[in-house]
Amino acid sequence: MTRASKKRAGKISSVVFCCLVYIFLFLPIAVVVVNSFNATTSKPYLIWKGFTLNWYATLWENTALLESFGNTILLAAMSTLLATIIGTIGAVGMYKYKFRGKSVIDGLLYVPVVIPEIVLGISLLILFANVNIPRGILTLVLAHVTFCIPFVIFNVRARLAGYDNSVEEASMDLGANRIVTFFEITLPVLAPGIGGGALLAFTLSIDDVIISYFVNGQTKTYPLKVMESIKSGVSPDVNALSSLLLVGTIALVLATQSNIFKKGKE
Amino acid sequence: MGKIVEIEGVNKIYGTNHVVKDLNITVEEGEFLTLLGSSGCGKTTTLRMIAGFEEATTGSIKVEGESIENKEPFERNVNTVFQSYALFTHKTIYDNIAYGLKMKKVPKSEIRERVTKMMELVQLEGFEKRYPNQLSGGQKQRVAIARALINKPRVLLLDEPLGALDLKLRKQMQLELKRLQKRLNITFIYVTHDQEEALTMSDRIAVMHEGVMDQIATPAEIYEHPATKFVATFIGETNIFDGCIKEIAGETITIGVENGDIKGKGKGFAENEFITVSVRPEKMNYSTEPVNGFSLTAYVKDYIYVGSIVKCIVVLSNGSEIKIERLAGQELPKAGDQIFLCWKEEDAVLIHNQDQVFFQAVENVELA
Amino acid sequence: MAKGKSKHKWRANTLPALIMVGPVSFWMLIFIAVPLIYVFVMSFCSLDEYYNVTYKFTLSNYRRLIDIDYLKIYGQSLLIALLTTFFCILVAYPFSYLIARTKSKKKNLLYMLVIIPFWTNSLIRIYGWRTFLGTSGWLNTILHFFHILKEPVDFLFNKGATVLGMVYCLFPFMVLPLYTAIEKLDTSLLEASSDLGARKGATFWEIVLPLTSSGIFSGSIMVFIPTLGYFFVSDILGGGNADLIGNLIERQFQSGNNWPLGAALSIILIVVTLILVKIYQKMGGDMDSLGV
Repeated sequence: MTRASKKRAGKISSVVFCCLVYIFLFLPIAVVVVNSFNATTSKPYLIWKGFTLNWYATLWENTALLESFGNTILLAAMSTLLATIIGTIGAVGMYKYKFRGKSVIDGLLYVPVVIPEIVLGISLLILFANVNIPRGILTLVLAHVTFCIPFVIFNVRARLAGYDNSVEEASMDLGANRIVTFFEITLPVLAPGIGGGALLAFTLSIDDVIISYFVNGQTKTYPLKVMESIKSGVSPDVNALSSLLLVGTIALVLATQSNIFKKGKE
Repeated sequence: MGKIVEIEGVNKIYGTNHVVKDLNITVEEGEFLTLLGSSGCGKTTTLRMIAGFEEATTGSIKVEGESIENKEPFERNVNTVFQSYALFTHKTIYDNIAYGLKMKKVPKSEIRERVTKMMELVQLEGFEKRYPNQLSGGQKQRVAIARALINKPRVLLLDEPLGALDLKLRKQMQLELKRLQKRLNITFIYVTHDQEEALTMSDRIAVMHEGVMDQIATPAEIYEHPATKFVATFIGETNIFDGCIKEIAGETITIGVENGDIKGKGKGFAENEFITVSVRPEKMNYSTEPVNGFSLTAYVKDYIYVGSIVKCIVVLSNGSEIKIERLAGQELPKAGDQIFLCWKEEDAVLIHNQDQVFFQAVENVELA
Repeated sequence: MAKGKSKHKWRANTLPALIMVGPVSFWMLIFIAVPLIYVFVMSFCSLDEYYNVTYKFTLSNYRRLIDIDYLKIYGQSLLIALLTTFFCILVAYPFSYLIARTKSKKKNLLYMLVIIPFWTNSLIRIYGWRTFLGTSGWLNTILHFFHILKEPVDFLFNKGATVLGMVYCLFPFMVLPLYTAIEKLDTSLLEASSDLGARKGATFWEIVLPLTSSGIFSGSIMVFIPTLGYFFVSDILGGGNADLIGNLIERQFQSGNNWPLGAALSIILIVVTLILVKIYQKMGGDMDSLGV
């Protein structure tokens, strides 16, 4: 075999392999979306009974489902906001200042990243129970902020790595105080890192299952509602909403991450 | 001396980019051949085709008479010294150098013997257990050379290996590499853009320009008798005149250029042919009186002192600058003087002009 | 003079530091450190006759941990975690290699396509697998249609399905660090290896693998540890036949109502995590390459 034909064979098998992997990754998404058009009426709602758009209509009458979705969005928004603020100023502060116990705080930041989520979930549950905070939207926010902060901090830190702080000194030299300098100079430079961290936090919050499971009390978030439905056979309108969410998220990511359509690096 | 590498009719095309055009080179065994040219001329691509990292689009490459098109790099009897050295950062110096032998399944005791000898040869004794990131640029370079040479390749390919070194070290390494090559009697194919380096080290130089090999000859031949305008201007400094042949009398040729007439000596030219004339600054002469056959006038503009050499810049009536070069202390035109340029007819190099440059004759222009 | 100087120092250094670092420090201490302490304390507590937690020191929870049924579950968890990590490496390595080193212009898009599913709801995707693999699901229907199967086969409710689900969920966590490590690989090193006589296999073993091993370690940590706690995957796809430590813990806090026991079980997970992270650090692992 010539080198050229060997190369071609190698290339073909690589492409086939990668396609198989992508099929593996998107298969269940395809299943859910297709199933949302399934005109089945009886549990377990799996057998294909014909095409229908019915569920996309009835979905809007399922108030419990919609409420849980609303909860999730609200929760994600509040958590992201809080986590981004605390995380950003924290990352900048830790970058600039040395203080006793810094390594302790630093170590604690890695805990939510590395430790199994279930441990985080039950530990927060025990905390809330012992301090007598009733479980609900408040505890959900507190929990979500907790696991979001580290991801914001790591993203902002990455941005700080190449940061030359002589621009801040120049700003103060020209008469701006620290607060103004922070908003006029530091923040804009860090913006991509903050944005990346916030986006990640938002996604983690929307998708969170395990931690929310333990601290939610009676409040239903969307993933928890889905979990509930799975136990009783996912009703088709849950399928429909999930499909909308899946396709919507994919479209949103593709749209915002516009750099993926630029040329690949050499 | 046999032919060790034969490149015949080789072309390399990337998409619409024709990087190497119809290349034909025969490399003699034991010679130090340099591929010389500026970035993008195709010299590195040619080297990589011999090594096996690129495949020729058309044409054939033979090493020791055998075609190597279908051979992978690890099947070829050539080794490469990379521009970035490409040392294995996770392996010790010893393991780096021994790598090729390990691949050939040479017994451990023999490996130890050969690696020790090779490290002595490149003056790196004692560095066995160190790692590449602990070495200086010059030391890394020697490891790269040792790693390649230990496999006793028939041909060693060197891709601008001295580019990252400072000037003094580079000059030192040039001599060391030359000495090594002569001692081991291995064929070296060397790629560089530094014409001084090429002139210093090579037995022969192949000058490449936009994918084409303009000339392949000894350094002296390349310097004294450049075959194209590019070679003339790329190697050393020169003065270029583009013009049209007016008269041929035997070997003496009169050429009309923009500012007047000049003379040169050559064979194989025809009247009314467009031609390029190259005269090196050290061969450029002048006179305060008119010279028969030469009607270029110029006035002195500036002097440049370069240590042991002085260059005098004179300006022609159309504004072009001509360089006259002399050793310090020798006579040069005085400032403000008007002079007549001339030279020995055999000192001018006549080159067929492929560009067909048109010019306008300028007459009666007032000089400053 | 001295008073003014220290006041300035306060305003210039200490106050800004407090404002910036205070919130995150406070938050991490209250919501990470303190709860973990509570877990530790709770693991030594006992239950009274009404199944309420009392602060009576006992080691009974830890004694329960070495019950034979529990030991079986630890073994099962370990097995599933190892299999998941193994299959993740097996598939993710060549995949990451191909994507990271492709010269295609769509490289960024290819990379994003792996990450995108990760940004959607994992529960619903696991449910998609259930739909696909169930006895009346798609796979069975298709295989039946092509006469490969006569009777529907239960692909679900076993360890295999659980491993599949775990691999599916955690695949991006293996791809990310591998991709980063492979991208940093200097092509000239591979060319040098080939130039010196190494065939593709030798180049991989001698050069590629050692230089990308950091990616394999990071990825393995990011896959192995979560597997132990992902109870919903084993619930939905394993159906009780693939219980993990995570399932055990979940039960104590829901139906089992035995918080101290759940806390003790969680301590196991914490200890395992700490050990693995320490090993990772000892082998030169970089903590910043963990996490997304």
